[in-house]
Amino acid sequence: MSADVELDRVTVRFGQFTAVKEASLKIAGGEFFSFLGPSGCGKTTILRTVSGFLDPSEGAVRIAGKDMIGIGANKRPTALIFQNLALFPLMTVAENITYGLRVRGMSKADRRKRADELLHLIALPGQGDKLVSELSGGQKQRVAIARALAVEPQVLLLDEPLSALDLKLRQHMRNELRAIQQRVGITFIYITHDQGEALTMSDRIAVMNNGVIEQVGDGKAVYDEPRTSFVASFVGENNPFAGRVAKADGTGAVVETPFGLLRGRNPNGVKEGDKAILFVRPEALRVGEGSKDATVTSTVLNVAFEGNASHIFLKGADKKDITLTVGRLERVEIPEQGSTASVTYNPDLGLVLPEGKLARE
Amino acid sequence: MSRLFVYLIPVFVIAVFMVMAHYEKRLAHDPTHRGFFDRNGTVLGVTFIALVAFWTLFLVVLPYLYMVQESFHPKLVAAERGGPKDILTLEQYRSFFIQPTDGEVNTTHLWAFFFSLAASAAVTVLNFAICYPLAYYMAQAGSVQKVRLLMLALIVPYWVNEILRAFSLRLLLASKGLINQVLMGVGLTDAPVDFLGNNVGLYVGLSYAYLLVMMFPLYNAVESLDKNQIEAARDLGAPWWRIHKDVVVPYAKPGIASGCTMVFMLSAGSLAAPQFLGGPQTLWFTSIVYDFFFQAFNWPRGAAYAFLLLAGCIALVMLMLRVFKVSLGETIK
Ligand SMILES: Nc1ncnc2c1ncn2[C@@H]1O[C@H](COP(=O)(O)OP(=O)(O)OP(=O)(O)O)[C@@H](O)[C@H]1O
Ligand SMILES: [Mg+2]
Repeated sequence: MSADVELDRVTVRFGQFTAVKEASLKIAGGEFFSFLGPSGCGKTTILRTVSGFLDPSEGAVRIAGKDMIGIGANKRPTALIFQNLALFPLMTVAENITYGLRVRGMSKADRRKRADELLHLIALPGQGDKLVSELSGGQKQRVAIARALAVEPQVLLLDEPLSALDLKLRQHMRNELRAIQQRVGITFIYITHDQGEALTMSDRIAVMNNGVIEQVGDGKAVYDEPRTSFVASFVGENNPFAGRVAKADGTGAVVETPFGLLRGRNPNGVKEGDKAILFVRPEALRVGEGSKDATVTSTVLNVAFEGNASHIFLKGADKKDITLTVGRLERVEIPEQGSTASVTYNPDLGLVLPEGKLARE
Repeated sequence: MSRLFVYLIPVFVIAVFMVMAHYEKRLAHDPTHRGFFDRNGTVLGVTFIALVAFWTLFLVVLPYLYMVQESFHPKLVAAERGGPKDILTLEQYRSFFIQPTDGEVNTTHLWAFFFSLAASAAVTVLNFAICYPLAYYMAQAGSVQKVRLLMLALIVPYWVNEILRAFSLRLLLASKGLINQVLMGVGLTDAPVDFLGNNVGLYVGLSYAYLLVMMFPLYNAVESLDKNQIEAARDLGAPWWRIHKDVVVPYAKPGIASGCTMVFMLSAGSLAAPQFLGGPQTLWFTSIVYDFFFQAFNWPRGAAYAFLLLAGCIALVMLMLRVFKVSLGETIK
């Protein structure tokens, strides 16, 4: 059974410091929901308020419509998977998995049976008598998942559970997690600072910065229609061109940048004279000249070949390079390092947003 | 004759060390490994061996050995030592069970023995009950400043020496002492409570004397436990007492065992606190040993009693380690 989770203007303070500001959102039952944001933005804090280890300073957390105030972590229908997994080192794999059931007073025989089922689910059949220290990183990961699932939570909370694994295993576990979620059908709330993880696994993503939820939407929306400069620069690669808006109408705006006037869409309705940033994704840029208000000319600093694609780095304003990605099979002439080149884009793929904080590189 | 044997042991041990050093090379599996004397040269090698042998023998082994053999001798005046009366005998050990004077069962000493061990066990349990919550609080729950303050409050009293501490406790607990005055003042009792006579003072004094000995191993053990383990157990639905039973205590078991062992051994062997704080009826076993050495000048019997105490303590500790399934190695980790 899955439950929906609602944050209603949740604020969490540690002394003077506000770690989470007025977070409001609704997570549907059975949804795979991710919180994505840089380190220290308050993701873990939100998760701990949902799991019951922290009380919000203001606002309410509701699970399945029920206000969770005064309900301790051991009484909530949630289970948490810790960043470092926190498996019990002195217990065997099976004892770890069934600890929650033992606490609930399930008989030994039933526990044994349940452990076998769960070991099957995580593809570790017959390994229940091993010690946790005898498992590999990915196996420990799966044991932690099984231990949390054993208590049949309505909401599973995962705090960067893959961050300790190497790249290959991480990609494998992404698929595995997604598959497990679809099999058990409960709500997953997943925390990560890795946008690849968030984009591949989630039904919806909340992008956070500095304790504030900047945008909530599915992967496509967050990637293609970012609403703030932070989201545009944090989710995926993006090239910012800052300046003042020279001309604006309902559909588009022109920004006066160090590279001349450049055009893009204007979904937020910035006005003439406002400070704004035009964003163009690396894959939206191509080598060559286009219309004058969609062409940037600069020095080629470097060309990097990466197998399936090549990256061309042009000298940008403020020391930040302009990146352009060329697919392997697009037969384009790649400009030489040190030469001057022009790159252009389709103005529909440029995006003008009000000036705001950019994600740190 | 047996005394001569004791003095020959050092020569024997040095010889064993020499032989070990000599054969080290042959036993090493690594063919490039150089022997002890090759590495250090003969002169230096012999010096090393002699120094190590001296240290282990004269400072560690010999004093005990001397006492062991002493305990198997009769009590004799100096002139008779080595004479025909100086024979090996179990008489000192027997005297612990049967009075040598009248052949009766030695109830006084037997009772003192069991009382000392039982009281020390009680002190150990009491100390654990006090220290475990404190150690848990300091290691896992408290904020940094509070923990520092608490630590200071725990340590500072130990700058005062043991005798002074015992005496000040005695003053507090005496029938006209502060505690009784307060109790009577608020009307909890009419007559003063005899804290010293009923051994409350003894338990309090001993617990207090060895509080830190329990505290530090416990604190160390609990401190290294990952907080997430505790939260994970709670998240899985465990109430607080289960978290302690299933997660914290098993993890801290080596520390608990080492703290308990030390407190037990130290209080069974303590002298000052029982003498100052025990009731008039209370006879602590170490006091008997002390009296044999310094009042009766009966070193053989004192030595025999001391070894009986040691054996009793070790047996009890081993039994407890067995019961709680801790290996001896773990307690000294
Ligand atoms: N117990 C606490 N006391 C004081 N400040 C805290 C406490 N816990 C977290 N913070 C602060 O709150 C902010 C958010 O912390 P949080 O752990 O939620 O970040 P996060 O988004 O999970 O970061 P990361 O990706 O590095 O895990 C941080 O600035 C942190 O210093
Ligand atoms: Mg975190």
